[in-house]
Amino acid sequence: MSGVHAHTVAYVRDTMLDQKEPPSTSVGAIGWARQNLFSGWFNTILTIIVLGLVAFVLGNILPWIFSPTWNAASLSECREILAAAGSVSDHGTSGACWGVINERWVQLLFGFYPSHLYWRPILALVLLCVALAPILFASSVPAKLIYFSALYPFIFPWLLWGGTVWGPLAALAGVVIGYVVYSVLSERVNALLGLIVGVAAALIWWFVLSGYVVDGLSSILPIGLETVESRNFGGFMLSITIGVVAIACSLPLGIVLALGRQSDLMIVKYLCVGFIEFIRGVPLITLLFVASTLLNIFMPPGTNFDIILRVMIMATLFSSAYMAEVIRGGLAALPKGQYEGADSLGLDYWQAQRLVIMPQALKISIPGIVSTFIGMFKDTTLVSIIGLLDPLGLSNAIRADANWNGIVWELYGFIALLFFVICFAMSRYSMYLERRLRTDRR
Amino acid sequence: MSELTTDREIDRSKMQISDEVAIEISKMNKWYGTFHVLRDIDLTVYRGERIVIAGPSGSGKSTLIRCINRLEEHQAGSIVVDGTELSSDLKNIDKIRSEVGMCFQHFNLFPHLTILENCTLAPIWVRKVPKKEAEATAMHFLEKVKIPDQAHKYPGMLSGGQQQRVAIARSLCMKPRIMLFDEPTSALDPEMIKEVLDTMIELAEEGMTMLCVTHEMGFARQVANRVIFMDQGQIVEQNEPEEFFNNPQSPRTKLFLSQILGH
Ligand SMILES: Nc1ncnc2c1ncn2[C@@H]1O[C@H](COP(=O)(O)OP(=O)(O)OP(=O)(O)O)[C@@H](O)[C@H]1O
Ligand SMILES: [Mg+2]
Repeated sequence: MSGVHAHTVAYVRDTMLDQKEPPSTSVGAIGWARQNLFSGWFNTILTIIVLGLVAFVLGNILPWIFSPTWNAASLSECREILAAAGSVSDHGTSGACWGVINERWVQLLFGFYPSHLYWRPILALVLLCVALAPILFASSVPAKLIYFSALYPFIFPWLLWGGTVWGPLAALAGVVIGYVVYSVLSERVNALLGLIVGVAAALIWWFVLSGYVVDGLSSILPIGLETVESRNFGGFMLSITIGVVAIACSLPLGIVLALGRQSDLMIVKYLCVGFIEFIRGVPLITLLFVASTLLNIFMPPGTNFDIILRVMIMATLFSSAYMAEVIRGGLAALPKGQYEGADSLGLDYWQAQRLVIMPQALKISIPGIVSTFIGMFKDTTLVSIIGLLDPLGLSNAIRADANWNGIVWELYGFIALLFFVICFAMSRYSMYLERRLRTDRR
Repeated sequence: MSELTTDREIDRSKMQISDEVAIEISKMNKWYGTFHVLRDIDLTVYRGERIVIAGPSGSGKSTLIRCINRLEEHQAGSIVVDGTELSSDLKNIDKIRSEVGMCFQHFNLFPHLTILENCTLAPIWVRKVPKKEAEATAMHFLEKVKIPDQAHKYPGMLSGGQQQRVAIARSLCMKPRIMLFDEPTSALDPEMIKEVLDTMIELAEEGMTMLCVTHEMGFARQVANRVIFMDQGQIVEQNEPEEFFNNPQSPRTKLFLSQILGH
C-alpha cells in the first residue's frame, strides 16, 4: 500500500477555469429536439411516424375548416358555394357549412331568452367572474370583495329570471333573521339550540311569511325587472347556470357528507352512506326524469316548482355524492398525527376540521374535485333528454329546420369548442392552484 | 445510547417539586379490544416533577401518556389532571388539552401553515388571544428554541430537529402547565437529538412539569427526578435516577438496562 503513496503527486491549481457555454447540441431548439425527439433510432422513427400522421390529419381537416361558407343561408347554398369554389370530392362537396353557426350562434348561447334582455345574462356572467375572483385568486384581489361573493347568490337568480326586487331582498332577510336568532340564542342558551331554531326561523320566513311580505311590498313599490320564464332559458347560458349552481353547492354538501360518513354517530353515518351509495348507484338521467315527471306526482297539486330549479337540485345531489367520495379519499390520505396534533392543542372538532384537516384534505383532493366539476359541467348536456334546450337540445331543433337539415359536424364542433374552453380553463386552474398551495419545497 | 447529553452545568435553582398534585392516576385500566394494554396504573405526579418513562417496545408507554390528554380513552379507574377528572365530557377534555402540551415522535406540525401560523393557531382559536399578541408570544418562544429566523417558512423546509423544536414552541404558546413528550428524539439524527434535548433541559430548568417517554438514558440521569420502568402494561419499578440505574431491583429492569446501555 505504501507504494501508492509514493506515486501520489501533490497538486495545487494555480489558474481557475472560466465558465463556458454548453455545447450547442445540448441547448436551444436543436438541443431540445435532439433530447426530446431524436434520442436514439426508435424515438426518431416514432417522431417521423407521428409527424406524418399529424400532417395527414391536418391536411384533411384544415381545408374543411377554412371553407368560404360563412354567409350562406342554407345547406344547399353552402353546397353551391363549395361547388363554385371547386372543392368537390367523390361524395359531393367537401367543406364545412359555417352559415349555420353564423345564423344561430346567438341562439346557441342564449336559447330563447328575449333578445332585448341579453344584457342581463351577460351582466350576470361578468358579476360571476367578479364574485369568483376572491375565491379563486385570494392572494391577488382585495379581501373585502368576498362580501360581494356572499351577495352574488341573491343577485344572480334575480338578474336571470327577473321579477320584483323584493324577492331576493326577502331571501337575504331570511339569512339575516336566521343569523340573528342563532347568535342571540347561542349566547343566551346554547349553540346547538341556536342553530336549530335559527334554521327553523329562516325556513319559516322563506316558505311561509316572505311570500306575503313580498306581495305587499311589491304592490306598494313595484320595482323590478321584466320576468323571463324558465321555458325561454336555453343554450350555453342554461348549461352554465346549471353547472355553476351544481358546482358551487356540491362542494360544501360533499364536505358535509364526507365528514358525516366518518362520523362516530351511527345515525348520521348511515344516513350519509345510504345517500352516497344510492345516488352513486343511480344514473343521472334517471334522477333527471324523476325531477321532470315524478316529482310532480308527489307535490301537492297546484304547486309550481320550477323545472330548472328541480334539475339544479338533482344535479347538485348527484355531484355531491361523488364529491363526498373524492374528499373522503383526501381525508384518508392525511396521517393520523394531524388529527392528534390538532386535538392535543385543544382545538375542538369543528376548529380542527376547518383549520387543520379540511385545508389539507381538499388540497390533496384538488385533481379529483376538479374532475368531478368538469364531469358535472359536461353532464348538464343530459338535460336535453328531458326537453330543456341546452346547446345539444337546440342543435336537434336547428337540424330539424329545413334549411339546415343534414348538418352535423359544424354544430357539434362549435358546441364541443365552447365546452372545451371552459373545461380546459378549469383544468388549468386546478394545476395553478396545486402549484400555489405546494408548501413542502419552494 | 449516549450517556451524557449536555456538557454544561444544569441550573437546578428553579427545579423545585411542590406538594401540589398535577396528575393523579389511580387504578387505571385500558384495553384495545380484548387486549389489556394498561393494567392497574397508579401514578401521582407533583408539580415541578420531571419523570422519564422507559420500557421495552409495546409496553404501553405511549398509551399511558396519551391517556393523560385523552388521545386515548381509558375504560376503568380515574385520571385527574389539574383537579379536573377526565370523563367523556367534551368541555373537560378540551380544557385539559389546552393545559397540557404534547410533543410527538413525528412532530405533527401542520404542513399547510407557516411556522408562525402553527404556533399562533391554537392561542388564537382556543384561547381567543388577539392575533398580534399571539404572534408576539410565538416569536418569544421561537426565540427560546432558537429558530426565530425560520418563522415564515413552512415545516417541510426545516430539518427534523428544527421541526421538533417548533413543535415544542407550538405547545408552549398555549402556556401549558404540564408537558408530555412521546419519544421526541427517536426520529432524529444524533446532532439533532442534542439540540432538542437542550431545549427540553431548558424547559426543565424553568420548573415545567414534564412526563417524558424516551430512550435517552443520559437525559434521564441528568434531568429526571424519577424514572418509571414499564413492562407489559404495568409499572414495574420506579425510583430516583441514581438508584434506578446503579441499583435496579427487578430482574426485568436489570435485563432492560443491560440491553439498552450495552453493558
Ligand atoms: N390502536 C391500537 N389498536 C390496537 N392495539 C394497539 C393500538 N395502539 C397500540 N396497540 C398495542 O398496544 C401495545 C402498547 O402500545 P404502545 O404504543 O403504548 O407501546 P410503547 O411502549 O409506546 O412502544 P414503543 O416503544 O414501540 O413506542 C402494543 O402492543 C401495541 O401493539
Ligand atoms: Mg410509543
